[in-house]
Amino acid sequence: MSYLEYSVKSVPTGFRKILYLNWPLVLLLISVASVGFLMLYSVAGGSFSPWAAAQMKRFVMGMGLMFVIAMVPIWFWRNVSGVLYAGSLVLLVLVEMMGTVQMGAQRWIDLGFMRLQPSELMKITLVMFLASYYDWLPLNKTSRPLWILLPIVIILIPTFLVLRQPDLGTSLLLLMGGASVMFMAGLHWGYFAAVFAMGAGLITAVFQSRGTEWQLLKDYQYRRIDTFLDPATDPLGAGYHITQSKIALGSGGWTGRGFMQGTQSRLNFLPEKHTDFIFTTLAEEFGFVGAFSLLSLYALVIAFCLWSALSNKDRFSALMTVGIASTFFLFFAVNMSMVMGMAPVVGVPLPMVSYGGSAMLVLLVAFGMVQSAHVHRPR
Amino acid sequence: MKRPGADTSAAQQRMTRRGLLLGGAQLGFMALLGLRMRHLQVEQADEYRLLAEENRINIRLIAPARGEIYDRNGVVIAENEPSYRITIVREDAGNVDEVIKNLSTLIELDDSELNRAMTEMKRSPPFLPITVAERISWEEMSRVAVNAPALPGVTPEVGLSRKYPHSHDFAHVIGYVGPVSDYDLSKIEDPDQLLLIPRFQIGKVGLEAKIEEKLRGKAGTKRVEVNAVGRVMRELDRREGQAGDDLQLTIDQKLQSYIQARLGEESAAAVVMDCKSGEILAINSAPSFDPNLFVRGISVADYAALTENDHRPLATKSVQGTYPPGSTFKMVTALAALEHGVINSDNTVWCPGHLQVSNRRFHCWKRGGHGHMNLETALRESCDVYFYEIALEVGIDNITDMANRLGLGIRHNIPMSAVASGLTPTKAWKQRNRENPWVVGDTANASIGQGFVLTSPLQLAVMTARLASGKAVEPRLVKSINGIDQTVPAEEIPDLEVNPNHLRLVRKAMFAVSNHRRGTAYSKRIIADEFRLAGKTGTSQVRNITAAERRAGVIRNEDLPWGRRDHGLFVNFAPYDDPQIAVAVIIEHGGGSSAATPVARDITLQALYGGDPPLEAYPAKDRDAIKAQQERLRQEFPNLAASKRDRA
Repeated sequence: MSYLEYSVKSVPTGFRKILYLNWPLVLLLISVASVGFLMLYSVAGGSFSPWAAAQMKRFVMGMGLMFVIAMVPIWFWRNVSGVLYAGSLVLLVLVEMMGTVQMGAQRWIDLGFMRLQPSELMKITLVMFLASYYDWLPLNKTSRPLWILLPIVIILIPTFLVLRQPDLGTSLLLLMGGASVMFMAGLHWGYFAAVFAMGAGLITAVFQSRGTEWQLLKDYQYRRIDTFLDPATDPLGAGYHITQSKIALGSGGWTGRGFMQGTQSRLNFLPEKHTDFIFTTLAEEFGFVGAFSLLSLYALVIAFCLWSALSNKDRFSALMTVGIASTFFLFFAVNMSMVMGMAPVVGVPLPMVSYGGSAMLVLLVAFGMVQSAHVHRPR
Repeated sequence: MKRPGADTSAAQQRMTRRGLLLGGAQLGFMALLGLRMRHLQVEQADEYRLLAEENRINIRLIAPARGEIYDRNGVVIAENEPSYRITIVREDAGNVDEVIKNLSTLIELDDSELNRAMTEMKRSPPFLPITVAERISWEEMSRVAVNAPALPGVTPEVGLSRKYPHSHDFAHVIGYVGPVSDYDLSKIEDPDQLLLIPRFQIGKVGLEAKIEEKLRGKAGTKRVEVNAVGRVMRELDRREGQAGDDLQLTIDQKLQSYIQARLGEESAAAVVMDCKSGEILAINSAPSFDPNLFVRGISVADYAALTENDHRPLATKSVQGTYPPGSTFKMVTALAALEHGVINSDNTVWCPGHLQVSNRRFHCWKRGGHGHMNLETALRESCDVYFYEIALEVGIDNITDMANRLGLGIRHNIPMSAVASGLTPTKAWKQRNRENPWVVGDTANASIGQGFVLTSPLQLAVMTARLASGKAVEPRLVKSINGIDQTVPAEEIPDLEVNPNHLRLVRKAMFAVSNHRRGTAYSKRIIADEFRLAGKTGTSQVRNITAAERRAGVIRNEDLPWGRRDHGLFVNFAPYDDPQIAVAVIIEHGGGSSAATPVARDITLQALYGGDPPLEAYPAKDRDAIKAQQERLRQEFPNLAASKRDRA
């Protein structure tokens, strides 16, 4: 059912909308972010600078943004989703052309007051655009090949651009996030089976292309895959990250070494201790109990989003919410798998916890959309 | 427009189904993550905790204090002094140039040292402390410490560094230490980890090098927490090491310092030994150098000055220098002849001033000849012909055997660098090394300590001590190690196994050298009855006097350039009645024995009196000169006077 089919009058208006927010979700997000502040405070050696304070400031800003977005009716977001997608795409191309080089990969556009990472933005706008596409598309055409081609193109263009940056993690997230929306939209099983087959083919191609002129990934990406498959081969080189990360995690034990007592992260054995590898600090200092608690918080976030989506009769809202939830899930699932040695190191932050400007902001914007969908759901 | 109805509700149902499926799949994966966490954090926790400790804890060595060295009376000869240095950690300093500018207003910074520090800083990781100033004074260090807030990254550090308070006096005995070099490491088979500590000091030469292992001590350890790049975060615990063994030498610092002053700038060496125990009371080589310069790292200019000096300050002449012993060898020839029954005390030889040996004429130093000579008069007046005659009869191999028994031609085992074995030739030796058979002329030359014979001052002192005591004493330098006495008991020193009567004859003749009116050292005798000395003069030629030159009249030594003058030697023991000490002195290119005799007398008296002797010990005509000399030494070396007051 589309929003045009129910009475707009049943939707709360003005400041009353605040009462209709998905408050448990807000509280969950605050909890997760608080874990992040705690850990950033700890890895800085018990100091709010340089990370915790900045992160808190951004979180407050992001929460504000989230409320503002939540107040805007969801149908407005639906209507502008095409423009937002196009805008993100333009920014991605801009990054390709003029982005500054950081750590061997071009990902940023320096706006002066903050560094914008268009690939982060693309994670939401892609999901939104796909949701509005399937909202617009008559149901009976959903599984028609011609109508499938279009969303595939919509997904692949940004994926390809991000892969070129190169950012394997984000392109994976875009691909999977988009796929989850298509899956929810009711695409025929057969297509997914076909994609799996093709994925297997692609993996083969990636490995086959290695060392040839048309090599699909950069050398360091291949090395990451190699060391993922067998970290012991290079314990002090590329495998160092995974080995050290596992040591830090494992040494946490049941209850951890205690807050601020983690030795591995404090002593810089961990790479990127405040960003991609922040989970290891948590696991080291608070042990299995702490790590599992964070996982549970994440699970609750997903659960609340899914419940909100499935109880929403608006197709766009439901598809977008599931898409965002899936993207969020992919974030932490990939990050955790990575630090626990279950996936190659691809550079995906832990959502709402890792230090990082645009990731945090973009996630809160996304949850603003989820909240908007929740507030403005047909009743 | 959308159509409500069955189509929509079917789609809705499908979405719910798929949503639950997707949620289920995600939950499943989260369960997987949880299991993985459990596996790592619960099941393998111990293993990973162990790995984490290995990561974090590093064992560092603590340098032990080097053993100190004392003289026989407990005076410090080598000690450790706190050495203050200033280090900068680049990372903490921020603007290094600025910090160094601030630092230079507080203490004097050496430009070359600073340049070296800057290049070192560029090469090393930013957290490593780099030394910018070394051996600064305590005042300078406290000035830096007080101003610490204005000097980020600057740390005053304290370590131990070797110091030789008597600088020149013991340079050749003790040697010196210096930072371990790659060359040092290459010489050691399995180097102690300790040696890899930056700026750790190792004995380079002399006793410091010879007894290095005892002096060094054992490293302590401290466990420190380090981060991934090896920076020390904090110390967890420490186990102190074991300081090196303290060493007490047999040397008497006061005597050693006196002799060094007395030898002055002469190229000379002197050895004073206890006749009965073999303990070395003083062993000097002159000119000397300041070993502290080497500890600090000697400058190129200073080093060049030492190596280019023709008096060779770096050479340890007392043990390393070998010289023809000249007439001081005559006791050996005499004893060999006595022991083999070639002569007795009464046999006489006619000295016409020369002796024809095969086709060569061997001269006596006295051109007109000595006339009838027996053992005592021949030694007393140092008649060469007498010794040519008896040597030809007893043969070189017997003479060499006696020389070896008296400690000549033997590499004595004392812990100093480059101890020479000298040379006591045999017929077989010449055949081997010169590819010529031994000829009788060689024996004649050897009999008066010329030709092939080479001895070191140490060996001459040993010889004299053995003659005086009749015991086969060995030179000893170390009295105790870490409080454990190293003295060899008197009864364990073997007998010389030379007929005591023969020894007595030789000693009596040596007494005559100094105390008989016709003795060659009579003018430099001691008249204090209880301390009278018995000695033997020696002059060793450093050139051959040709027949033509002899006819034209031998050029007087004073007219020759320094490097071609004869060496002057004197050996003696004293007191004659109850020998306590043996002394050997050589003055390189001194022009003859007369250069060495007064030095040996002064040393003997100094040793026996334990300080400046009363003028009454000297013959009346020498007293004015001796008084002047004592005053001059006291003025030039105020430390000597000071130590004398200490004794009083």
